[in-house]
Amino acid sequence: MAVSGYPPIMQESLRMLEQTRAFRATQIMPRMTLAEREELLREWHPDYREESNREVKIGPNKGQRLANRLVDLLETRGIVDPAKVNLDRVDYDVDILVAGAGGAGVTASLIAHENGAKVLLATKLRIGDANTIMAEGGIAAATRPEDSPEKHFLDTYGGGRFSNKVDVISALVNDAPLIVEWLRDLGCMFDVQPNGDLMMTFAGGHQIRRTHSCKDLSGMEFMRVLRDEFVNQQIDLIEFSPVVELLLDDQGRCAGALLLNLDTNELLVVKAKAVILATGGMGRLHPSNFPTTNHYGATADGLVVAYRAGANLLHMDSVQFHPTGTFWPPQSLGLLITETMRAWGAHMVNKNGDRFIHELETRDTEAASLIREVQGRGNGIPTPDNTYGIWLDTPMINILTGIPDKVATHFAGIVHRFNLYGIDVNAEPILIYPTQHYQNGGVEIDPDGCTAIEGLYAAGEVSGGVQGRNRLGSNSMTDIFVFGQRSARHAVDYIKKAATGAPSLRHVDAYNKQLEEMNLRSDISSPLLFPDYMRKEVRARSVGR
Amino acid sequence: MNVEEKLIPIYYLGQRYDVPAGLTIMTALEWLGYVYTHGCGCRGGACGACSTMYRVGGDYKLHAGLACQTMVVPGMTLVQIPYYPRPVTKYSIDEKITDPSQVLLRLFPAIQKCVGCGACARACPQNLRPIDYVAAALRGQWQAAADLSFDCLMCGLCAARCTGELVPHSIAMFVRRYYAKLVRIKPQYLVDRSNEIKSGKFVPGVKQLATTSLEELRRLYDARSFENVDGNKH
Repeated sequence: MAVSGYPPIMQESLRMLEQTRAFRATQIMPRMTLAEREELLREWHPDYREESNREVKIGPNKGQRLANRLVDLLETRGIVDPAKVNLDRVDYDVDILVAGAGGAGVTASLIAHENGAKVLLATKLRIGDANTIMAEGGIAAATRPEDSPEKHFLDTYGGGRFSNKVDVISALVNDAPLIVEWLRDLGCMFDVQPNGDLMMTFAGGHQIRRTHSCKDLSGMEFMRVLRDEFVNQQIDLIEFSPVVELLLDDQGRCAGALLLNLDTNELLVVKAKAVILATGGMGRLHPSNFPTTNHYGATADGLVVAYRAGANLLHMDSVQFHPTGTFWPPQSLGLLITETMRAWGAHMVNKNGDRFIHELETRDTEAASLIREVQGRGNGIPTPDNTYGIWLDTPMINILTGIPDKVATHFAGIVHRFNLYGIDVNAEPILIYPTQHYQNGGVEIDPDGCTAIEGLYAAGEVSGGVQGRNRLGSNSMTDIFVFGQRSARHAVDYIKKAATGAPSLRHVDAYNKQLEEMNLRSDISSPLLFPDYMRKEVRARSVGR
Repeated sequence: MNVEEKLIPIYYLGQRYDVPAGLTIMTALEWLGYVYTHGCGCRGGACGACSTMYRVGGDYKLHAGLACQTMVVPGMTLVQIPYYPRPVTKYSIDEKITDPSQVLLRLFPAIQKCVGCGACARACPQNLRPIDYVAAALRGQWQAAADLSFDCLMCGLCAARCTGELVPHSIAMFVRRYYAKLVRIKPQYLVDRSNEIKSGKFVPGVKQLATTSLEELRRLYDARSFENVDGNKH
């Protein structure tokens, strides 16, 4: 082997890993039964740790256990003082406001626009700056003749620990193949085989290959195509202006939202007959103190404003940890290594050179087994920082596929990222450990994306019910497009007969009053908008922070 | 990571700062106390939101890179470009193109101003060569142009450096969409499956599963047979 890109302390186990390659090439790892999986999860998955969740004292889910970091943001005031807002001065008067410009939001905007609605898309960062763009693996859909929506249903439901809403998954698996066709016809460049058929890979927990990929840049390809189409359609867009509060009418119907212009700090009043929330998840709150694969903007903004307006949350006691997060170098801590590397043959290997689980179990199972291997069995690979990870044997992909440059061509993005740090993943493995990846739950929706609030829709990661308590790989891309479309279609019908009244912030007043009565006080206000990465030495010396 | 071992000077917005070696531009600015609201995205080199230009010391060369992927170096003077304006080109990808260069000239008139200087290739953080894919597109080599540009993150650094004021990443976007939709053949089985879905073929089967007892579903789940993973040898 050429010069290793890893520090000497990590290189000992590399020799063990190389020695076991020949054996591992033909080794068959058994799949786990449901009972075995459930036992492993109870013992090692962070969802089951006492400190991961706590009871929320206020709002629609009062008394239920939700992710700790989220509860911090729910048991506090908003960043807007309702008394200081003049709602009579309306900045934008539209049919449908879409909040969040990732895959779900841009899809909803396109579909609503296509169906004749006057749409405004508002987003915190730039259009397309969202978790969608970081999705590497691809999109799951039962498009092959030997696959079926029924099989997709069973995989998704079992993968979600049988907690998903069955009517919502039914919609997901039914629409999925239509979505692949829609994306293809918009000009998404899916991977194809020489005969023109779509190339499919596995994702964990799926019984059949149904992941449609665009190299390791699948989400980037979907997002840039949708954004291009959005620009072509000339739909109204406001960037750097997140939703900071919803507006309701006197009947409790959603009637618009307040946006905050991040540059001028001005509040903008948007009057709308329907609002589609597509603001993504909470990864940047770092639940259970894990690093995250998530985009900078994933701070649970949509959950917070919907909750304050009275929409209930579902499955927010459950967080997805992706088994293969980057663990070395420290500069890349927590960044995603796509599951499809395992689908193409990369093994997970401990310090003795041994595999310890079938690499394509569900993500919760894989993550729990990694934590057990390191914390429970002491089989982790030591780093110079006194932490322990597990090897993901990427060169095995070239060996098992018989294609010497398979890693170089199919995973060019990952190769490039590690090259920056002197690590050649064609020849050396990647050190990994679980990283926060996905918010399984969210604002409860029905199959049309409707929430508990009339006129308020949710689509994508901000929504709850689709994925249950654990999402399968490649199902998030399906989710954002299916429910982006469905919520937009329903909203377009809804606004035709909606008798939306004047917007108000009375629900915020009421929420604040309750906080006061319950003596719930906090130094923070929400939504958070951006994660807090300031060093305490700097904070201690700065004014107004 | 013990980041405080060695401090090195960088220059940002006219100020000299000393930051730990080994940090990226993005983490170095955050270490100083900057809170990003613009020019920060995925933080993993996958989104193109943090385009940055910099010089080092007395070197004449203007470098380009992503702030989340570029290490700080001593004496670096940098500026971030969180947003690169691009002209809006309205087009349809539904018409077969017979004369590629004519269509590209109409949609992207600046394309004729390419002098082949290669500044775009030197600026690309993905090591792409826009000069090559633009040339391929003009020759009507759609697949080559699409493949050569596929890893583009749309950061716009190529356009920022282009002496002919081309917007290569937008040209590539059009080319890939056109190629993927109209040049490639649509798989028949995808059309067939789509028609089956629209006819409601799978609704009863899915409905039956949705109303099956949990006990039976658990049995079905454990009894699934998996497609062979080892058949990945395309």
